[in-house]
Amino acid sequence: MSGFIGQDVSRVEGPGKVSGSARYSGEIALPDLAYAEIVGAGIASGRITSIDTAQAERAAGVAGILTHRNLPKVNQVPLVPSLMGGPAPGETFFPMQDDLVHYAGQPVAIVVADSLERAQHAATLVQVSYAESPSVTTIDQGRADAYIPEKIFGGFVPGQMQRGNVDDGLAGADLRIDAAFRFAANHHNPIEALTTTAAWDDDQLTLYDSCQGIKAVQLTVAALLGMSLSKVRVLAQYVGGAFGCKAMVWPHVTLTALAAQYVRRPVRLSLPRGQMFTSCGHREEQEQHIQLGATRNGKLTAIRNHKISVTSPFDDWAEPAFGVASQLYACPSFEGVHRLVRGNTMTPTFTRGPGEALGVFTLECAMDELASELGIDPIELRLRNITDVDPNTGNPWSSHGLRECYERGASRFGWAGRNPKPRSERDGNWLIGTGMASAAYPVAFFMHTQRARAHLYADGTAIVQTATQEFGTGTATVMTQVAADGLGIDLQNARFEYGDTDLPTAGSPVGSNGAMMISAAVHNAASALRDQLIALAVADSQSPLHGTDPARIVVSGGRMAVADDAASGETYTSLMQRHFMNDAEAIGSWDPPPLDTPYGLLTFGAQFARVAVDADLGIIRVRHMTGAFAPGRILNPRTARSQLMGGMIWGMGQALLEGTHMDTTLGRWANASLGDYLVPVNADAPDVDIELIEVQDDVVSPLGVKGVGEIGQVGSAAAIANAVYHATGYRARELPIAVEHLLAPLRPDLAVPRQDAQPTAR
Amino acid sequence: MDSHVVAAPEESLDSARTVALNVNGHARELRVEPRVSLLDALREHLGLAGSKKGCDQGTCGACTVWVNGRRVLACLTLAVTCEGREVTTIEGLSADGQLHSMQAAFVAHDAFQCGYCTPGQIMSAVALLAEGHAADDREIAEWMSGNICRCAAYPHIRAAIRDVRDAAGGE
Repeated sequence: MSGFIGQDVSRVEGPGKVSGSARYSGEIALPDLAYAEIVGAGIASGRITSIDTAQAERAAGVAGILTHRNLPKVNQVPLVPSLMGGPAPGETFFPMQDDLVHYAGQPVAIVVADSLERAQHAATLVQVSYAESPSVTTIDQGRADAYIPEKIFGGFVPGQMQRGNVDDGLAGADLRIDAAFRFAANHHNPIEALTTTAAWDDDQLTLYDSCQGIKAVQLTVAALLGMSLSKVRVLAQYVGGAFGCKAMVWPHVTLTALAAQYVRRPVRLSLPRGQMFTSCGHREEQEQHIQLGATRNGKLTAIRNHKISVTSPFDDWAEPAFGVASQLYACPSFEGVHRLVRGNTMTPTFTRGPGEALGVFTLECAMDELASELGIDPIELRLRNITDVDPNTGNPWSSHGLRECYERGASRFGWAGRNPKPRSERDGNWLIGTGMASAAYPVAFFMHTQRARAHLYADGTAIVQTATQEFGTGTATVMTQVAADGLGIDLQNARFEYGDTDLPTAGSPVGSNGAMMISAAVHNAASALRDQLIALAVADSQSPLHGTDPARIVVSGGRMAVADDAASGETYTSLMQRHFMNDAEAIGSWDPPPLDTPYGLLTFGAQFARVAVDADLGIIRVRHMTGAFAPGRILNPRTARSQLMGGMIWGMGQALLEGTHMDTTLGRWANASLGDYLVPVNADAPDVDIELIEVQDDVVSPLGVKGVGEIGQVGSAAAIANAVYHATGYRARELPIAVEHLLAPLRPDLAVPRQDAQPTAR
Repeated sequence: MDSHVVAAPEESLDSARTVALNVNGHARELRVEPRVSLLDALREHLGLAGSKKGCDQGTCGACTVWVNGRRVLACLTLAVTCEGREVTTIEGLSADGQLHSMQAAFVAHDAFQCGYCTPGQIMSAVALLAEGHAADDREIAEWMSGNICRCAAYPHIRAAIRDVRDAAGGE
């Protein structure tokens, strides 16, 4: 190995991104391109009584309008997470198949015109009349009819789980914590909206799609339209952020393809920001009610968490909240129950740290409360409950590192000597507090076979290809490093090519799996090609390596040589030229370990936050965050840190800013814009300190990579909430934590009692 | 209950007119309807897709360009109002294929991930230094808060701006 893996390599696509030359899906120039605009339902529930498109059709430049009256029928396709490698619609419902309206914003018409402005204008001229029926859009409206689903999350997670006897564990506890939390819905809001460009050439469809998985788009559109996979090609070079909302394939993609077929010219649809709130899923509004039991010396005896959340009329979707929460600590009993309210929203979807982030939030806030009650340092309490085996199975961890995360995170943050008493530190009128939380995120083996192709030219340069895409994670860079190391060539001689379904199959990089699974395929392809050329050399009587044991040969800088004798051997170029080879090629593949692999599979970390709370106004500012993470092998510390930092600041947004609120009268999101849905801006974001702890993992993949996409967000909001408690003595029970939540505890003389119901999930 | 979406009466909007402006040092003429934003004129009519559309509502900053040297939101600027003006986009920031020092600093500090907000961030960052709003991190953060980075590369964006400021002799 030449050793590019693990090096701090700057992004290979960086110059393109900073110079504006990187082309995203909505920026591909096509001749005769038309523009589409979706008309969304103006009601949340009911029936369309009439659609009048006459005026819109007469508007300048309009090429065609599709509604439920003239849209072809599509096939029914089940909702399966895209990681599984099959068709992956975000919801089983497909719009414009009939006159029913299930949620506000549901597409009821798609208008195509020869310019964007003309499409936008014509869309306003489509006149829709509805017979409206009552809608349910919040937990409070549907609580009485909540049910426990058999399975959630596309059918892969049971609706409830149990280990040991929680009632006994609680009854026998010396101390019990009981706390209910309420969480606002969240929207991903990548800055690049979902954008699809569809072009037909006879019966061949090409889609340029802003997505997390080009293969998933190909499979889904082909399944919905009953097309052969060989007739659908999907391209996505650069994707402007995703965070889960581009992981599934939403109806607008197929609607754009049908619109292009209808008007017989290429069509581009870019969702307006407002429609981003009703077109690509969300993190559902939810409540969690946790009960902990513990002994006097802090050993957990029981954990119970009941969640209730809103799903769509069609799918039993809930973020799975209890995977990590049931595995993180040694505890003889655990009970997790998801309950669902059928509401008039679209099907929720993966949102960074899906489920686990809030399941861990609840647990880690309760653990902080337990530490306070017992008078034990929060880190010490966690160490007393740390486990070397997965409590659900008894299997050892494939790799752990949690102790090191606590130790090194605490040391970098300056945790030692903390006065545990709330309101013990002030900076002028700011109350200062510190808090911490554990972090963990699953490593899942649900993916199918991953493939890559390695192609080496006789001049010593190589192209390594797979059908993935770059949405900011650093894939293009780290896979170039992996390819160069696998082949034994210099970094500048390796190019990683992606973004085209005609390349070897790769799964959707979701659930923090991208680095693990794609690096496995790229490594195996590059290694296979290297081994093929080494085999050729040792069998070649003219090669200086003739007869050498291949196991003793290493390749570096494109030169095959006996280990410890760099001057021996010969270059790929000399070998290939002697054999009249212009190039050589190998396919590599990787299958994940079986689902019943006898190891506990989590990535671990620890989060720390320092906050300042205005003693009169309740304004919360995060002053500093430290995270320590053990994600297996680090392919590139620069891109890994950026992913983790982004996750930690996402957690800050979830703690303090982000919430989509329902106007229950209209059944619509009330703040569907980036002006009203607050996300962290530069002035909100503190400096973030990240410690990377390498742990060796021989189970997860050939390179021992676990993943960093989500764990940065897990525990981050809890560390902030615990720091707010430390600063003020107030236990947050609702996210985002708002100024008005803090006014009563901080200034009881000024506070007005809150009118809304308190969370009561059971 | 019956509800009805009332539409505006149709009018002829085919009133395209010619606009002459200077884009990145080159005189350009384009025919656009008066309702076409500067952003869509750049992206859809002039093939300059470096300026990004994030919200089309003036809330995200991804479309930040300079008009007569001043940073503006191209999505809230009508192209016809730029008649005779000098428009500078990310594509015009540097000459001869060399990266501007701010572009190089963004790469060096990994001040982006997906890259979609990056052209707007860089146009703001260069203007920020010229405006004299980069005295310390707090000021940089405040004056860069019109540019949302959903990947949350903010600490690295501040580091990149500091570097360029300090290399230029500070403020």
